[in-house]
Amino acid sequence: MDSPTLVACPDCDLLQRVPVLAPGESAHCPRCGNVMRSSRPDSLNRTLALTVAAAVALLVANAVPMLGLTAAGREASTTVLGGVQVMWQEGQPVVSVIMLFAAVIAPALDIASMLMILLAVRRPPAPRWVSTLLRLCQIIRPWRMVEVMLLGILVSLIKIAELATVITGIAMWAVAALIVLLAAMSSSFDPEEVWLRVEWAQGREHHHVPGGAA
Amino acid sequence: MMSAAWRSAAHLGLLSCEGCGLLSRAAEGAGETHCPRCDAKLHLRKPNSIQRTWAFVIAAAICYIPANLLPVMTTITPFSKSEDTIMEGVVLLWSPSSWPLSVVVFIASVTIPLAKLLALSYLLTTVQRGSIKSTRERTRLYRIVEFVGRWSMLDVFVDTFVVALVQLQPLMSVEPGPGVVFFAAVVVLTMIAADSFDPRLIWDQDEVNHGQPS
Repeated sequence: MDSPTLVACPDCDLLQRVPVLAPGESAHCPRCGNVMRSSRPDSLNRTLALTVAAAVALLVANAVPMLGLTAAGREASTTVLGGVQVMWQEGQPVVSVIMLFAAVIAPALDIASMLMILLAVRRPPAPRWVSTLLRLCQIIRPWRMVEVMLLGILVSLIKIAELATVITGIAMWAVAALIVLLAAMSSSFDPEEVWLRVEWAQGREHHHVPGGAA
Repeated sequence: MMSAAWRSAAHLGLLSCEGCGLLSRAAEGAGETHCPRCDAKLHLRKPNSIQRTWAFVIAAAICYIPANLLPVMTTITPFSKSEDTIMEGVVLLWSPSSWPLSVVVFIASVTIPLAKLLALSYLLTTVQRGSIKSTRERTRLYRIVEFVGRWSMLDVFVDTFVVALVQLQPLMSVEPGPGVVFFAAVVVLTMIAADSFDPRLIWDQDEVNHGQPS
């Protein structure tokens, strides 16, 4: 097998060989210090388990109220989607769409794609759409802002507490669980394991990368 | 390790895929090269990185002004109507019990966007001047900029939840102000700016001075 251990650092383009890692080890670029690869034991199975849990947390986080308030005998509560809807009605469609994407669509796309990727790679070679999905995941990930949302919820709690009595919803705890699960997913997932199992777009035989250069 | 022995992939005419990390040889002639494994378009460096990054930095800097001067939140009661900018929101949150959150909002909403704009301008000017100093530190600065950017969305989430909940007409209601869309724009534009910048440009000059044409 032509081992693709000769790689270039994505941050400084230095050519280097990434050694085989023992559990707990990680390889750093000797020039700029970037983490090139970390050992992730049993990566695909662990990540799959965490992704299933994250999917459940995401569903709960969006289905039940996030927070509520009571003031002068009246009660109100909102979900994430409720907040998005009110922003739209109040004349902020752009902000509303950004919130919808960062809080709901991006995490949902990420979790759904990861589920499909992890199931598809169980029988290599994985079909080509797996590559497309994995690249999609990499592109959306910075826009998935669940942890920023939780801090935002905490700040709004304090702000509203000055005006009314606040009630915390179950969704808040689901969001907290989702954050932990998403973080665990990214620290257990080794994308290289997937890239080694996908079917190549142009066929391996046409690829000649000098294994002995540098 | 001797720095003279350090070679970049570009130096040897190798392209590193931004999607899957596979190294490929650049195609002969001017044609586009696609990654043989994941089919992503391959570039030696991100195309027009400097111009694109400047464009987004300047656009974000312009939006930063109305984002801070225009109100982001309007509180309406039967007796009064008060409009708060981001900074006024930070001041309102300042109390003996909630001052830490006030500090967090100030850092996320005021300091981080400004620091990002300054950091990206600094990275762009040093690359354009061909600086070879503190390459490692500048790469680290870039990684920080990439990492913290999303936290500026905090205030937009706060706005969304407060507006969604406090709809107790005619007693009290909160509406989003015109500043919030500019604020969200600053965050989105600086995130795209950071993504457009290619940190490998920081290191290219170093190699030019070690006697590399190309």
